Amino acid sequence: MKLVVKNLQILKLSPWNFSLSEGECIFLSGSSGSGKTRLLRALADLDPHQGELTLDGESQLSTPAHAWRKKVAFLPAESQWWYAEVGEHFDDYDKTLLSQLGFTEDVMGWEIARLSSGEKQRLALLRALAQSPEVLLLDEPTANLDSQCTHVIEKTVEQLRKDKGMAVIWVTHDAEQLSRLTTQGWVIEGEVIKERTL
Amino acid sequence: MTLVVLTPFDLALAASLVVLLALLSMQLKLGIARQLLLSGLRTVAQLMLIGLILKSIFSYVHLGWIALLSIVMLLLAGREVMSRQKYRLKGWWGFGLGTLSMFISSFSITLIALNVIINVEPWYTPQYAIPLLGMMLGNTMNGISLGQDRLNQSAWQQRSIIEARLMLGWTWSQAIADIRQDSIRTGMMPIINAMAAAGIVSLPGMMTGQILAGTAPMEAVKYQILIMFLITAGTGFGTFVSVWFGSRRLFDERERLRLERLQVN
Repeated sequence: MKLVVKNLQILKLSPWNFSLSEGECIFLSGSSGSGKTRLLRALADLDPHQGELTLDGESQLSTPAHAWRKKVAFLPAESQWWYAEVGEHFDDYDKTLLSQLGFTEDVMGWEIARLSSGEKQRLALLRALAQSPEVLLLDEPTANLDSQCTHVIEKTVEQLRKDKGMAVIWVTHDAEQLSRLTTQGWVIEGEVIKERTL
Repeated sequence: MTLVVLTPFDLALAASLVVLLALLSMQLKLGIARQLLLSGLRTVAQLMLIGLILKSIFSYVHLGWIALLSIVMLLLAGREVMSRQKYRLKGWWGFGLGTLSMFISSFSITLIALNVIINVEPWYTPQYAIPLLGMMLGNTMNGISLGQDRLNQSAWQQRSIIEARLMLGWTWSQAIADIRQDSIRTGMMPIINAMAAAGIVSLPGMMTGQILAGTAPMEAVKYQILIMFLITAGTGFGTFVSVWFGSRRLFDERERLRLERLQVN
């Protein structure tokens, strides 16, 4: 097992127990405000939480927090950019992935201010993948994107699961998207997190 | 040249100018007349009080009393640093961090100045120690409160960016590095400007005071240069310390950004 989560607990939610094997993809859904994002943040150790998490047998607490976050990458719904140009945000990136996401290397010279939301999100994915994560946490990454862009992101993640064995937790509202991604997952109902097979 | 002693009448004359200003601002409905007069009264009361304290400390030189006065000055400066911040650390941290930074920088530099540079006997001669420490504290206080305010405010406003960097596996220190640099620069800017403008735009207060009291201009200038450098060093080191520890405090042991440790004034 790649990621093993025992009794992860935040807010008033019931403890969450699950494990993810190599290349596995699960979904997490629930109404807005139910705590989906908070759970993902806890998995990436961005918020205080209770429970034991291990990745490839290494416990979260014995790994420096920043090293953990490199391996358990979190891609938020809205990406953040702090330099003027795209390229300044990248030390290194995968050129094959870049073209797969629909860009040429010129994109590194583009201004952040002129990017569309679809371009931003695809580049944010490229940036998150540059740290070669073992587990990728996706928080409604395609919520405001057109179907073309959504398709590209889904396909890229799918391929990395197969080729590199990256495990994925995907938060989404979209039932149609769910059917394309996976059949296994969890639903937050009130204060309980229930396992669900579609 | 001997010192011209000011009479109460002289001071009353100067005070009447402030009263005149207050009347004018009342006429213009600026809403600051009360504050102006109250601050004026505070100036008189506070300075008279410190005058009396200094008079007795000068005539009865004892390290204990000087230390006590220094601590009181430090604590008041610490309170001032805290109250000037819009976003500040909750609990004792808000007061403690600024006060500790001022203690480290102002006290150590004043001690070095008294023992190594000025070399008076005894080193705690209050005529030197108290004004020197007062100037150090007053200026360090500015730097620290500016730096701290900038740090906390920027962290508050840029929380999404800081967290995005953490998500990419940056360490807490890398994630806040640019804000930290910016805050230290902000804290040090006033004293750098003051050094650059010294003697051209403004005659520094201490030097002016010495000259008024009859000191030869070149002697006053040398003291002013000494003070400027000491203040710069004190402000700089104090700002470094407070911004560094302040930025560390914004993260917990798992390098999570913990903005709930700040409160908005």
